[in-house]
Amino acid sequence: MIGNDRLAVRKTYKLYVGGAFPRSESGRTYAVTDAKGHFLANASRASRKDARDAVVAARGAFPKWSGATAYNRGQVLYRVAEVMEGRHVQFCEEVAAGEGLSSGKARAAVDAAIDRWVWYAGWTDKLASVLGGANPVAGPYFDFSLPEPTGVVAVLAPQQSSLLGLVSVLAPVLATGCTAVVVTSQERPLPAVTLGEVLATSDVPGGVVNLLTGDAEELGPWLAEHADVDAIDLTGAPAGRAMEFEREAAGTIKRVVRPPVTEPDWTADPGLSRMTPFLETKTVWHPMGV
Amino acid sequence: MTHVLDPDALPGATPAVHAPLPPYDDVTRSDAAFRAFLHGLPGVDQVGAEARAAQLGTRSIKTTSKAWAIDTAISMVDLTTLEGADTPGKVRSLAAKAKQPDPGDPSCPRVAAVCVYGDLAGVARKALEGTGIHVAAVATAFPSGRASRAVKLADVRDAVENGADEIDMVIDRGAFLRGRYLDVYEEIVAVKEACGDAHLKVILETGELKTLDNVRRASWIAMLAGGDFIKTSTGKVNPAATLPVGLVMLEAVRDFRIATGRQVGFKPAGGIKTTKDAVKHLVMINETAGPDWLDPDWFRFGASSLLNDLLLQRQKLRTGHYSGPDYVTVD
Repeated sequence: MIGNDRLAVRKTYKLYVGGAFPRSESGRTYAVTDAKGHFLANASRASRKDARDAVVAARGAFPKWSGATAYNRGQVLYRVAEVMEGRHVQFCEEVAAGEGLSSGKARAAVDAAIDRWVWYAGWTDKLASVLGGANPVAGPYFDFSLPEPTGVVAVLAPQQSSLLGLVSVLAPVLATGCTAVVVTSQERPLPAVTLGEVLATSDVPGGVVNLLTGDAEELGPWLAEHADVDAIDLTGAPAGRAMEFEREAAGTIKRVVRPPVTEPDWTADPGLSRMTPFLETKTVWHPMGV
Repeated sequence: MTHVLDPDALPGATPAVHAPLPPYDDVTRSDAAFRAFLHGLPGVDQVGAEARAAQLGTRSIKTTSKAWAIDTAISMVDLTTLEGADTPGKVRSLAAKAKQPDPGDPSCPRVAAVCVYGDLAGVARKALEGTGIHVAAVATAFPSGRASRAVKLADVRDAVENGADEIDMVIDRGAFLRGRYLDVYEEIVAVKEACGDAHLKVILETGELKTLDNVRRASWIAMLAGGDFIKTSTGKVNPAATLPVGLVMLEAVRDFRIATGRQVGFKPAGGIKTTKDAVKHLVMINETAGPDWLDPDWFRFGASSLLNDLLLQRQKLRTGHYSGPDYVTVD
């Protein structure tokens, strides 16, 4: 029988990089509190070198993930939603504590997040038909266009919506076939940490998703300037820094998703707007004839 | 020293083909004498060697020291391609890379040598004419070394005639592991003679020697026989150039110079892929053998993918942001 005098196990969470859970190379951690300021757990505070390692892992995972059939990617992503469902209670507790929501609202947010993941899983094998297709050309050619994943995408995840917001920016990157380096919400990282545990125990290959807890202000410039990052989503960029990050990203001609003025209502239908920025259109001219 | 242990030490016995430098000029006079000498070398404390190597690997090399280390490491690279699929075109593009490793930055140093199979040494020689970059060729039935001595020597002469000025030979590991140390020694002596003016690097293939004691013995055999460099591995066997092996071999070249006055170079090859690995080796040389060895004439990295990582790190230092594999050439 365990009484109330049992010592609490205070957790120090780690990063999720290359399918493993390393500590920050810098050894730094920070305290995560709930919305009222009570201690919840410690999280690793990722450094620029962790970001560098994460990009290497994401680059290494890209050929296999982008080369998988769209149908297979959809199955793998659906499996993630299944495993998320199994962690439903844990997600609800973390979202409620971190965002200061009632249990009912937290539950709705988690439900919406899992549904969002399933929705994007369904899109993997439909993108090519919706965004690509045969083009009418004036010549003896069969001409068609295909959307292809751009490569490694750095994502600065929303700071407020810790799970639904995170899923809304991460799942579209994966659905297109890109690999991701995500800087999570700094003050509300716990749902992201749990999502990392979900990804590690589902079928997503290591390195496809890399989750860095820490400060987007510190990591943002390194990811924006990194020559081996092909696109950057600035949704969670700190106020006033997004323009600067975009300028740095221009040095290596990255695709950039600009941040909204205020954090949007993540329950709204996202359409294709979060997938198209990470797709490159390849057009093929094929001679016709015998 | 060895006389006491030597049952064959008859007065007036004929000396071996080639006598090593004093004070070791009598250790090769017979198989038994040589074995007694090699087994009389101090044993290696394996746990101690591993701990020492690991400890040297923790040194933090930053900013200007790191920039120096990267440039020094680039200038020590033996840029290598040893594949069955090598073509003259591939060797020429490798030579172009050796001359100008980073086309976007003329201040980047050149590498020390290009290392190819003997039949392609002529292509490399022609492509590198007038640059001062050496042409190294592997010979003696590389990588296994399983051929008769006549074939091995012909292989060496052929590579030298093709224009190689450095020969990377493999020792006969079969003979070594059987305890036929004098055979190994005599073969190296014969190859050295066949090399003429070309420098001789002796590959011990430490991954097949199993113990650090064997690594120390093989190092001494190679140095006594006149090798200009001792080299860890062919790159075809795992494990290759590990830090503890490097430590033992660096101690050997250091001790050999103290005893005989002749300096022998060291070349780790195989498995060194990152700038961090390279810097660890530089630290280990400086701490073990000394700064005299921190020079491309006395230390080389046998590597292919290492150069690209060095270039990426160099670009990071120069531009202030991380670079990527799209910004270096594909080998």
